[in-house]
Amino acid sequence: MTDTIQPTENPTVGTEKSKPKFRVTTILLWVAVIGILALVGWGLINANKTRPEAGQTAPGFTVHYFDGYEWENASASTLEEMKGKVVVLNFWASWCVECRVEADLLEQASRQYANEDVVFLGVAYADVEPNSIEYLKEFGITYPNAPDLGTSISSDYEITGVPETFFIGKDGVIANVVIGPVNGPAMMNTINTLLAEGGSQ
Amino acid sequence: MKEERNLILEAYFVVRKRQPTTHYPLRTMSSRFIVLSLFLTMFASLLVLPAAAQDVETEEPVLREVSDDEVNEVAKDLYCPVCENTPLDVCPTKACADWRELIRTKLAAGETKQDVFDYFVLQYGDSALARPPKTGINFVLWLLPFIAVALGLVFFARYMKGLRQDDPETVTSASGVQDVSPEPAPDDYSARVEQELKGK
Repeated sequence: MTDTIQPTENPTVGTEKSKPKFRVTTILLWVAVIGILALVGWGLINANKTRPEAGQTAPGFTVHYFDGYEWENASASTLEEMKGKVVVLNFWASWCVECRVEADLLEQASRQYANEDVVFLGVAYADVEPNSIEYLKEFGITYPNAPDLGTSISSDYEITGVPETFFIGKDGVIANVVIGPVNGPAMMNTINTLLAEGGSQ
Repeated sequence: MKEERNLILEAYFVVRKRQPTTHYPLRTMSSRFIVLSLFLTMFASLLVLPAAAQDVETEEPVLREVSDDEVNEVAKDLYCPVCENTPLDVCPTKACADWRELIRTKLAAGETKQDVFDYFVLQYGDSALARPPKTGINFVLWLLPFIAVALGLVFFARYMKGLRQDDPETVTSASGVQDVSPEPAPDDYSARVEQELKGK
């Protein structure tokens, strides 16, 4: 009976518990956990990125034009170089039926504003280059056009489909976004306003 | 990059040229004229053909017939950004059909599967590949599940070790094998009561 009533003692547990443990392995483990959480958080933020809207600065990019196309005698340009001009950035594709609706309209407008501070810039999204060139020939498009290499421009502009057109003011701020084919009078109105204001609407 | 793009365009249009074209209606010409023109054509071709054939051989890339299976073998490892989560070989959209046709053109021009992948990465980015290269952030993301499992195991092991050390019922025997007493140990209070009763 007396054997069973003796309280069991474990002195090592008591001394370990009383001292806080700051071992290197513990610190490393927590650093790894925080790193993983940060990475997951970064991924979630990127996944939920929304399209840059009117009033926001247009994301910068570099374009390498299709053969036979150029802007100011250069076969590649950046958006930064176009600062001070109104930029009509149009995303299209040869397989896109809706793009054919606005193709003539954009070409006519580009000719109309040829002598003004307006740059029409076409970017072919997820398109096969030979088909893009055939499309450009079919509609007799003369304003600068380029493939979206690496799908990077459309990714930065978070386009939801084609056609989509961004009107960027002289200050590099997005003034208007049109989802679907552009409307002639509305497009002229936006461009004229941007030319008059010298900045975004 | 421009040179590579030009070669692809050249090959693509050569393939296009091979498609059947509408023939000029012969009915409008008289039979005598036809015979005469055929004779002249044959005679002229005897003189010109060797030189012309040489030109064709040097200008046009070597092309071969590429089956749908060969195209799909490459396409199954590619994804187009328009149709997320649908492999290129089964994607029904026009955009994907164009991509498959481009694969056919490139294979016909003698390019390998890896060449096609490299071109698609250049044109459409890493996301076009079913298995992106394990470099940079992709490598970290690829490693993430393994790191998470390893960390989980370490934490679990430490937790279990902690439980065993805290448990007063666990006693380590002399042989090193842990021995758990079958009866629950009495607390101090009951022990004191027992001793007090004995003392009386």
